[in-house]
Amino acid sequence: MASSEVLRVEHLTVRFGGLTAVDDLNFSAMHGDITGLIGPNGAGKTTVFNCITGFYKPTTGLLSMTHPSGRQFYLDRMADFKVASTAHVARTFQNIRLFSGMTALENLLVAQHNVLMRASGMSVWGVLGFPVYKHAEKRAAEKAAEWLDKIGLYDRADDPAGELPYGAQRRLEIARAMCTDPVILCLDEPAAGLNPKESAELNTLLRGIRDETKTSILLIEHDMSVVMQICDHVVVLEYGQKISDGTPAEVKADPRVIAAYLGVDDSEIESVASLIEEAIPGVKKS
Amino acid sequence: MAERRNIVLGAAAVAIVSLGMFGPLIGLKTEQNMANELVLLFRPWHMLAAIFGAVAIYVIVTSLKAANEGRVRAVAVKTEKSRFQKWLAPGGLGALFLYPLFIALFVGVSGIPKWVDNFGILILIYVMLGWGLNIVVGLAGLLDLGYVAFYAIGSYSYALLSLHFGWSFWICLPVAGILAALWGVILGFPVLRLRGDYLAIVTLAFGEIIYLIAKNWKNFTGGGAGISAPRITFFGIKFDASENGFAAWVSWVMTSISETFGGPAITLAHAPWYRTVFLYYIIVLLALLTAYVTLRLRRLPVGRAWEALREDEIACRSLGLNTTNTKLTAFACGAMFGGLAGAFFGARQGFVDPEGFKFIESAIILAIVVLGGMGSLIGVAMAAVAMQGGTEILRELGFLKQVFGDDFQPELYRMLIFGGAMVIIMLWKPRGFVSVRQPTAFLNERKAIGLENVKEGHG
Amino acid sequence: MEYLYFIQQLINGITLGSIYGLIAIGYTMVFGIIGMVNFSHGDIFMVSAFIALIVFLVVTTWLGIASVFIAVLLMLIISMALAGLWNWAIEKVAYRPLRGSFRLAPLISAIGVSLILSNFVQVAQGPRNKPVPPLFNDTIQLATWDGFTAVLAYKQIAIVLITAILLAGFWYIVQKTPLGRAQRACEQDRKMAALLGIDVDRTISATFVMGAALAAVAGTMYVMYYGVISYQDGFIPGIKAFTAAVLGGIGSLPGAVLGGLLIGLIETFFSGYFSLAYKDVAAFSILVVVLIFMPQGILGRPEVEKV
Repeated sequence: MASSEVLRVEHLTVRFGGLTAVDDLNFSAMHGDITGLIGPNGAGKTTVFNCITGFYKPTTGLLSMTHPSGRQFYLDRMADFKVASTAHVARTFQNIRLFSGMTALENLLVAQHNVLMRASGMSVWGVLGFPVYKHAEKRAAEKAAEWLDKIGLYDRADDPAGELPYGAQRRLEIARAMCTDPVILCLDEPAAGLNPKESAELNTLLRGIRDETKTSILLIEHDMSVVMQICDHVVVLEYGQKISDGTPAEVKADPRVIAAYLGVDDSEIESVASLIEEAIPGVKKS
Repeated sequence: MAERRNIVLGAAAVAIVSLGMFGPLIGLKTEQNMANELVLLFRPWHMLAAIFGAVAIYVIVTSLKAANEGRVRAVAVKTEKSRFQKWLAPGGLGALFLYPLFIALFVGVSGIPKWVDNFGILILIYVMLGWGLNIVVGLAGLLDLGYVAFYAIGSYSYALLSLHFGWSFWICLPVAGILAALWGVILGFPVLRLRGDYLAIVTLAFGEIIYLIAKNWKNFTGGGAGISAPRITFFGIKFDASENGFAAWVSWVMTSISETFGGPAITLAHAPWYRTVFLYYIIVLLALLTAYVTLRLRRLPVGRAWEALREDEIACRSLGLNTTNTKLTAFACGAMFGGLAGAFFGARQGFVDPEGFKFIESAIILAIVVLGGMGSLIGVAMAAVAMQGGTEILRELGFLKQVFGDDFQPELYRMLIFGGAMVIIMLWKPRGFVSVRQPTAFLNERKAIGLENVKEGHG
Repeated sequence: MEYLYFIQQLINGITLGSIYGLIAIGYTMVFGIIGMVNFSHGDIFMVSAFIALIVFLVVTTWLGIASVFIAVLLMLIISMALAGLWNWAIEKVAYRPLRGSFRLAPLISAIGVSLILSNFVQVAQGPRNKPVPPLFNDTIQLATWDGFTAVLAYKQIAIVLITAILLAGFWYIVQKTPLGRAQRACEQDRKMAALLGIDVDRTISATFVMGAALAAVAGTMYVMYYGVISYQDGFIPGIKAFTAAVLGGIGSLPGAVLGGLLIGLIETFFSGYFSLAYKDVAAFSILVVVLIFMPQGILGRPEVEKV
């Protein structure tokens, strides 16, 4: 597999008022890998995502991205739409954000906005009806159709996105992100709310994306079956800090990860209970 | 039985409430006597009539509701366009072009000022303004409550440019459009990062500022007295009875043609309606230009970006769309058509004053866009005809004077009924007349999208 | 002279600001609870001023009551009650069916109501300005210097006092009573409030009635202070009061009063020192500048964009 770094997060810290959501986080993602970002609720995963995709500006820290071509970008210094349009970082959202009143096809055409905009000569050729734009639009529609086929929604291309079933909306959102030709695809809990069959289909889709388009994937997920099956590399966060980093097998065996997910260790239960009793007299341990 | 009792009780409640509401305001009229003192006039019959009217409306509405209860509405699913829909656009276009001819034939030339000018031209101005604002509100989902500012900028641009530089209408028209678009960008740039109703309020404030400046900057705009704008010419030929006028020119052309074939000389007498008809066709073309550009832009990336912005701004940014530029283009496009309509309005009036650019005009245009169904050209046109034409007809109800006496002035009720219609249509169809959205591209078949999925934007 | 003039403008500005603040509360409460810009609120103010005028005429010319105190009290009570009734009926007919509907529908409906109200009054009461005989014109001469006298009118004292008393009462209702608690709960989360057994419809109705009652206080003051009212007088004060509500931070009650006072002061000082014709331009420009640089207003909470 590829070995060059596509994303490096250095000393990333984000504070909201007094709350430190992400605290001096360091990790890197390799080109062509699926990197998983896991951790309990409130660990700061989505905040990291929002920094990488430009929606939040980090309080301190550096986010550098290297394209396969060697071009470098500092994501923390770019406007959110530039992160997507020039650094080619695409993302999906935890609570699906499709253009629900537009058809599935239109959703994928909007994703190719910047390409089509150039082809339409900033709309001038387009309004005048020049063929340059017509060809470009045809190519864009072909690309959209290809993706719709890949996610199994070709037949529903002309239905409004808001009327698609939940699982289909999740897939459509991924396809829409892919239509921007991303170098990194950031997925925020793509398997949330999917049934086991849909979840398995998602795994196939994501593996396909990695293997066919060489897109690097960054993934937040709670569904451990997805994480363990498809991730090449996992980073675990707790309270904004990294507590583990490695292959899925390594992370799974890390005692700190187990502690984070299960609360305290079994051996400590006695001592914690006695502390509670000391603090609040009258409370008996059951 | 219980239902009937409820209605009676409800009617009694309505009677009491309306007594409180209308008692002082209708029952007691304030009037000035000879000594300029305010005195009260007791009008029991007016008051009773109002209360009776309120009760009657209540009883009718409640009984209708009761009658409709339990009746299941059939949900019709149509994918094929009905024949009516298919012929609506071409039929409407044909009717639009033949309208003056129709009036001339069936009402006579004397009917032209009323039917072509008051109805045709005025309604078409509102259609055009509605279509222009539709780009901003209906497509991009940005709530603009000060749209009339751009209409004003267009009008004043025309009047001032022709006054100071002597430019003709046909030069001023595009310049007015460009100036309005420029102002759209200038005003839009600082405010477009505002979200929600704040954008609406800032645009409202801008609209009022432009109106107040037009009203108070006497040296520049002529203040409340206004300034005159040159009347429209037939590409430089004036519509008057002079030797160089339009009638004389047409006579000369016709005669030359006729004489080439050995025919007699043809003379055309001057009539004021030539200009009206000419103006009518100009506004038809301007409105159609608006519609054409809108339709075209919707199928371009910029138009899709507007609609995507209305649906979800954050998703747009995640896809690399420069949302500020997208909003600005929508604002500028809308403003440009407002400016073009404004320049036309100036040329039609031959005079520009601030009174036509009050907030109420913005509200009416916005109402037309929302009542029509946001984003739908046909719907907006229908709403403009219904609201503007419908209330214009009220001016024609002079015969009601014979019923209610000479004091009765139907035109006073015009805006009252306009407001009432706005409320009733919103209660009846909150998404407007046309509540479907046509997709801008399709793979297998074109299916209209119900507006229940379509968002309204938040700007 | 200079500072006397300044003091005079200050007095006038606070008086005017009290009136704006009272109207602004109605905007801010309705916006807070149902997120709607109640466009017809300025016209409710105008209607209430007409009711106050009619009550005044009934009391003085028909009933022959000479006491100014009783006259003003009756004007206040009746116009507050009837304006509340108007707004209650309007909310029930024109806004309640649209609740939960599309965002622009209530706005358009409110614009329609605004047209209905102003034109209704035009039809019912005639289009002319209605001059009111002066109520009580006694003044206190504060100081005279160089021919200029700074004057404090009794009615100005009355306006500020009544405003302060009613605001205190109103503040008590919102902060201490079950109704106020229900209102604040609905403001936070209407659905949750309904699940907890709060009658949301009734709470919203009460909000409209309270807003209208305060607008009626402003309407009564306006008639007393300016001595003239016409059917068109709802729009501009309405817009300015809305500006005040936004300036103070929409949703915040102290903000509405503060914003009202600021707008009143800005307007009087601008017309006193610069230009009378452009005073409204100044008010609107302030609105624009505040919204651009401080969209949450002075006392409002900043809005955080959720991704």
